[in-house]
Amino acid sequence: MKRLLFLAPIAVFGVLLVVFFLGLGRDPRSLPSVFIGKTLPEFAAAPVRPGDVGLSRADLNGGDPVLLNVFASWCGPCRVEHPVFMRLRAEGVPIHGLDWKEEAEAGHRWLQENGDPYIRVGSDPAGRVGIELGVAGVPETFVIDKRGRVRYRHVGAVTPDVWERKLRPMMEDLRREP
Amino acid sequence: MSAEVGQFALILALLLSAVQTVAPLYGAHRGDGVLMAVGRQAAILQGLFVAIAFACLVYGYATCDFSMALVAQHSHTTQPLAYRIAASWGSHEGSMLLWVLILAVYGAGVAGFGGTLRETLQARVLSVQGVLGLAFLSFLIFTSNPFLRLSPAPIEGTELNPLLQDPGLVLHPPLLYLGYVGFSVAFCFAVAALLEGRVDAAWARWIRPWVLAAWAPLTAGITLGSGWAYYELGWGGWWFWDPVENASLMPWLLGTALLHSALVLERRGALASWTILLAILTFSLSLVGTFLVRSGILTSVHAFAVDPQRGVYILGILAATTGASLALYAWRAPALRAGALFQPVSREGGVTLNNLFLTALTATVFLGTFSPVFIEMLNGDKISVGPPYYNRTFAPLAVPLMMLVVFGPMLNWKRDEAKRVLQRVRVPAILAGVALILAVVLGGLDHLLAAGGIALGAWLLFGSLAVLARRWWAGRGYLARSILTTPRAVVGLVIAHAGLGLLVIGVTGTTAWDSEKVLNMRPGQTIEFAGRSLTMTALETVQGPNYQARQARFSVGDRFGAYRFRSERRFYPSAQSQTTEAAIRVGFTGNFYVSIGEESPGGIVVRMWSHPLIVWIWIGGFAMSIGGLVSLSDRRLRVGAAVRAPLPAAPHPLPAE
Repeated sequence: MKRLLFLAPIAVFGVLLVVFFLGLGRDPRSLPSVFIGKTLPEFAAAPVRPGDVGLSRADLNGGDPVLLNVFASWCGPCRVEHPVFMRLRAEGVPIHGLDWKEEAEAGHRWLQENGDPYIRVGSDPAGRVGIELGVAGVPETFVIDKRGRVRYRHVGAVTPDVWERKLRPMMEDLRREP
Repeated sequence: MSAEVGQFALILALLLSAVQTVAPLYGAHRGDGVLMAVGRQAAILQGLFVAIAFACLVYGYATCDFSMALVAQHSHTTQPLAYRIAASWGSHEGSMLLWVLILAVYGAGVAGFGGTLRETLQARVLSVQGVLGLAFLSFLIFTSNPFLRLSPAPIEGTELNPLLQDPGLVLHPPLLYLGYVGFSVAFCFAVAALLEGRVDAAWARWIRPWVLAAWAPLTAGITLGSGWAYYELGWGGWWFWDPVENASLMPWLLGTALLHSALVLERRGALASWTILLAILTFSLSLVGTFLVRSGILTSVHAFAVDPQRGVYILGILAATTGASLALYAWRAPALRAGALFQPVSREGGVTLNNLFLTALTATVFLGTFSPVFIEMLNGDKISVGPPYYNRTFAPLAVPLMMLVVFGPMLNWKRDEAKRVLQRVRVPAILAGVALILAVVLGGLDHLLAAGGIALGAWLLFGSLAVLARRWWAGRGYLARSILTTPRAVVGLVIAHAGLGLLVIGVTGTTAWDSEKVLNMRPGQTIEFAGRSLTMTALETVQGPNYQARQARFSVGDRFGAYRFRSERRFYPSAQSQTTEAAIRVGFTGNFYVSIGEESPGGIVVRMWSHPLIVWIWIGGFAMSIGGLVSLSDRRLRVGAAVRAPLPAAPHPLPAE
């Protein structure tokens, strides 16, 4: 019995090792969405900007491909990607935002400080809308086509590189779709 | 030239580490003094050659030798010299070289300063150290060579990430590595003890100084990193539960447990197999941290350029070292002699409880950090674990532990009486009660939890000082004499525990009473905030050595007087990135923190925080580190290192302590 106790550390370590090894093969940023090719479920999020209308699914099939960015003021990588969205907004790329797991006030302050690149921005303090959309963490960005269907989901910060190599070509293709 | 010299030095070091692995182990087995001496020489020479290689890399950076690929990737002629040098360890390859350098220097230290160590034990320790050197040097040479050349050499390099161009970051990685890698010595001692199948007094005496030598810089490194995040990231936080931060916290927590259990082992010969297990696990967690940062298994703000290939290699090293040592543990540890017995209420009992809590805390952080990987493995779901998890799990474990800290040094070895112990902590308990009342009066009833935090800090602070007071006033003889003869280990303990109290006060103060304000400001405008008045005097663009900045200047008045403030947003054209330089007025009662944001026609966004008491977090952290160093300088440990000097014969037998 005592002997078994001394075997416990190596047994636990063995399990960890297997998990780490399997974990290595996968890319923590690649995450297919269950909604790929489908429209998002119905949702309505309260406004972040006081006196605004918030964000609902109806905003996502406005006839143009759009980005839906899930962010939070407490999230480090969101600060990294934020300047990219500011630039995209200036270039006229339509972006909606969902402020995840925090009070609307915190998100609003954050937008005031760092700039607000979003057309519509909804607040999701309890993470309910996030569950509907299958959001795992922040930041995440959905690419949504003209008919409101999710075409791609990017997990992690949208760096200039990600935008140039992946999202921009995708958005251009979607714009040409009927 | 320097790159080639460095490359050859590394290869020689690799060969020497192979010698260091084989010669002393075989020598110890055969009882061959010459082979064991070869092992010592190999360790010292390996240290020398790795130092030469490291010097070559630093020289390449300092002279902007862009024909070296690594230099071209992380250095730029406009980058100031200090940051060009710091860039040597700003990349994956360079930081691995620093890792190996520290490993080799510690190895040389074991070979050079192991005077009173039993020769066969020293030889086995060096041999295990040699295996680690072999593993990491081959990792460096075969997968992450820092000395690759570029042809043709570019005229200009790419800049080091501007966020890393900061004085705090110059020292942060070396301190962290001194800690991570320093635990390798404890690991080698543990494995050597298992190889020998026995733990004796010499072993027990030697493990603690090496653990302290690793723990003190690790504590300082984590504190420095937290301070850097506070002033450089521009969002006023000091700890974010990021996977990489957790990677440094886990070895720290377990290393703290090891520090305490090694004390019991040294003084009482108890907890031997537990201490060995802790030594193995602490270093393994350092390796896990290395793996985490470089493998890309988790996403993090400050991971290195990740490469699964390298991840496989580090995982291999982890599997081999930890796996082999734990297998050895399962095989040999049950045969280790059980230590002296002790009562539940005793110093040993206190340390056991401390170890239980610290191990549970480590497990909490480990689960939080890796649960995204586990959960995905189990059912394919992706989850993220943020501050809410840690608030719910870490704090409820940490608070009781900190309440117990004061009792530890007040307990007698072997057995004690609960009633008497409570009597000894009467004064700090009363003072903590006074602090609680004061905090409620000043902070209001709705901050009862915060008042409790302040009381906890006061309890730790006064409880640690009470250790000294008890020694000085309750001891026999003259006060001056008992002050002068206080062992440094006791002084170190008091400083470190009091530092923990200061840290608790800082965390509580800034968590409970911080306030912030965001608004658009134009030059000339004045606003009132948290008892201060802030006037923007100018807003202009300035040119730095390798950046342009939008700079806002303020004049600030508070009840202590007036001062000027400057906050910047810097743009680094060659790195194409932006940093925020916040203006911070540091004070013992609280910090005033101003950073600027986006500019619009209506003015510029100014965000200001008042962070009461926050500076005590870092004062407390550094105090803990200093406490570790003071304890390391204790006469007992120094004398232990230099017993060779002939001792004068004692005229009469010394009384036992």
